[in-house]
Amino acid sequence: MKFTEIVQIVLFFGLGIALTPVLGRFMARVFKGERTILHPLLFPIEKLVYRLTGIDPKEEMSWARYLWAVVIMTSVGFASLMAILMTQKWLPLNTQGLDNLSWHLAFNTAWSFTCNADWQSYSGEATMTYLSQTLGLSVHQFLSGSAGLAILVAVGRALARASVRTIGNFWVDLTRCTLYIVIPLSVIWAIPLAWQGVPQTWKAYPTANLVESYTAQVQKTDDKGNLVTASVPKVDDKGRPVVGADGKPVMVDQPVMVDQKVETQPIPVGPVASYESCKQLFTNGGGWYGVNSAHPFENPTPLAGFLEMLAIIAVPMAQVYMFGLLIGNKRHAWCLFAVMLGLYVLSFGVAWYAETRPNPVVDNIMPLMEGKEQRFGVMNSVLWGVSATAIDNGSVNSMHDSWMPIAGMMPMWNILIGEIMFGGIGCGVYCMLFHVLITVFIAGLMIGRTPEYLGKKLGAWEATWAVIGVLLPNAACLIPTAISVVLPAGVASMNNAGPHGLSEVLYAFGEAANNNGSAFAGLNANVPWYDVALGIAIIIGRFAPIAAALAIVGRLASKKTVEPSAGTLPVHGWTFGLTLAGVIIVVAALTFFPALCLGPLIEHGLMQAGRVF
Amino acid sequence: MIKLITQAIRQTLVWTILAGVLYPIAITILAQLAFPHQANGSLVESKGRLVGSALLAQQFTGTKYFWPRPSAATYGTGPTGLNAGSGSNFGPTSAQLQTNVRTNAKALRDAHKLPANAPVPADLVFASASGVDPHISPEAARFQIARVAAARGLGEDKVRALVDQYIEPRQWGFLGEARVNVLLLNLALDEADTRKSG
Repeated sequence: MKFTEIVQIVLFFGLGIALTPVLGRFMARVFKGERTILHPLLFPIEKLVYRLTGIDPKEEMSWARYLWAVVIMTSVGFASLMAILMTQKWLPLNTQGLDNLSWHLAFNTAWSFTCNADWQSYSGEATMTYLSQTLGLSVHQFLSGSAGLAILVAVGRALARASVRTIGNFWVDLTRCTLYIVIPLSVIWAIPLAWQGVPQTWKAYPTANLVESYTAQVQKTDDKGNLVTASVPKVDDKGRPVVGADGKPVMVDQPVMVDQKVETQPIPVGPVASYESCKQLFTNGGGWYGVNSAHPFENPTPLAGFLEMLAIIAVPMAQVYMFGLLIGNKRHAWCLFAVMLGLYVLSFGVAWYAETRPNPVVDNIMPLMEGKEQRFGVMNSVLWGVSATAIDNGSVNSMHDSWMPIAGMMPMWNILIGEIMFGGIGCGVYCMLFHVLITVFIAGLMIGRTPEYLGKKLGAWEATWAVIGVLLPNAACLIPTAISVVLPAGVASMNNAGPHGLSEVLYAFGEAANNNGSAFAGLNANVPWYDVALGIAIIIGRFAPIAAALAIVGRLASKKTVEPSAGTLPVHGWTFGLTLAGVIIVVAALTFFPALCLGPLIEHGLMQAGRVF
Repeated sequence: MIKLITQAIRQTLVWTILAGVLYPIAITILAQLAFPHQANGSLVESKGRLVGSALLAQQFTGTKYFWPRPSAATYGTGPTGLNAGSGSNFGPTSAQLQTNVRTNAKALRDAHKLPANAPVPADLVFASASGVDPHISPEAARFQIARVAAARGLGEDKVRALVDQYIEPRQWGFLGEARVNVLLLNLALDEADTRKSG
């Protein structure tokens, strides 16, 4: 623990908290339709967008219609994105001569980006054309973030209403969010990133001449491009020739290897800065490059890293304050904020401690730099990894797969408890709402009162949907994990053996079912089983909580407000905050403790004993 | 329902133009005007030839060069051209990780004529996250000074002075970690050699 590290941590959380009321107030003003400093410039565009897309901004929607609008918008995005990805070979801006995506990779990627998960089974610099990245993926990074925030706005607005059947207009919320919040913030963040070294060009990859060329072994091909093979005697594990039943040595075909000089290095540039800022700000996290923000072009300097980390927390923190303003109860919002921050800091502390212990497997060499970048070091790698999973961002600046077992368990834990430590854009708070309702219910049962939340009596409808919102994503994680570890196709994709292999699969389905998108990246997920199963987990993880949240608040908006009485449980203060934190931890632990035992916990013990797999 | 579908299609089109076309073009114009060097990939030229990017590592194995961190992606290049960046993704109990670390440590000790249990810099035995990490720690650079100086017939203090010159401290004094850019340091070494012989 160095002094400079403490300064960075304090500054990081301090700036995030300081930005919260500023940004939160701005966002609330935008969604209430009040004038902001951006209105002189952008209000004419807002009116133009309504005209071009045939929207009556005064139209109000029921919760069901609002939900349909979200589902249809996402589905249209999915269809158009899948079409782009499967035809990119023939579209413009294919500077590297890249092929079309396979149907299963396109299916997985299109759902992943339209649902704000941004899980990637591919490496962008070798797979995606500039057109696919900007016109395809990037557009949905804007829209999926906006849709999430729009839903939270509808939730907040509905909770403040009484005896009304409508909760607002999805198109208006989506338009205002994209225009006044997502695009301006993306511009603000893109400029300093470009300054620090993130490329922003549309030219093809330049080819550099290596200072020191090297020789690589490649398989020999003939003029027609077919592999050349030679017949060689087969040998067993110990190098002895295998003799067949007829007494002759058994022959096998082996590819012929030839030396090839490698003298050049392609430099994978592109319009990355404009992509990167939106990716970091709106809990997308799907990298331009395969190694995401660990790549020096996505994240060139410590300052760029700091700004990108600040981008991860800025809007998710501010949305809690915005929620407080929309429901007219700032004390409740600050209580939620404190619970989220407490769990987040706790998780970071555990991971940082674990990652700075020696590993006997690698002869106690310290610091543990496997899968980390020199410019960030251990602390910044851990802080990023924990932040991008507490918040549903999912970008990485180090390879979580190579973290120590307990350190690697913390991002997994952050994801599995539902990403409610500020969480995703919008979904962080509306998923927290399920836990709040469960807490209110349990507390109400304990003290023998009818549960109330923000002046509305809660009934079976609300409780049922809250439990569905929590449990469906958990089922979408655990069931396919269990299937994967018994399927040959599921096991073949693991990069690590032993308990770590299970961790890779559990992480993959955990992040999919909670729309995170980070990975224990050793898992080779670009095979039909994982592409499709993860894609379906992403869909369930996106729409189950949205449907549950809108169903709950739609019903609450139609109820009458009751005045608080002496028997009303306050939803702020220490008692409520600690009960809420307890409910969150107990629900997650009951669901995931067995799986975590078989993965990271047992691996920790085996590692201490020096076992390798 | 039909109305919602047409509205969704029109919304997708409008935002594709605003966020997918106009926004990246605007940022490109700003970045290319304000920071052309960075915007084009921080390219490095030497003697009129493009030799790499200041942000991407290259493989160096010759004794007269400083060596970068191990890469699980052959430093982004391969016989067929681009090799997408990658970490090893070996977990903390991976047998392959153990083998790699021990092989790397032994190779370093042998190359620097050190006894079998001498400590080696961690960043030179552990593979980077991106496979193209352009930096090593200042300790890892100092560790290699004697070998590089001997191979080039340069004085150790001369090489040490060059290394010190290429140490980038923590940004603004507290952000990230101190580091040395291997490609730039090696090019400067070649430059110093040319001046000496020329």
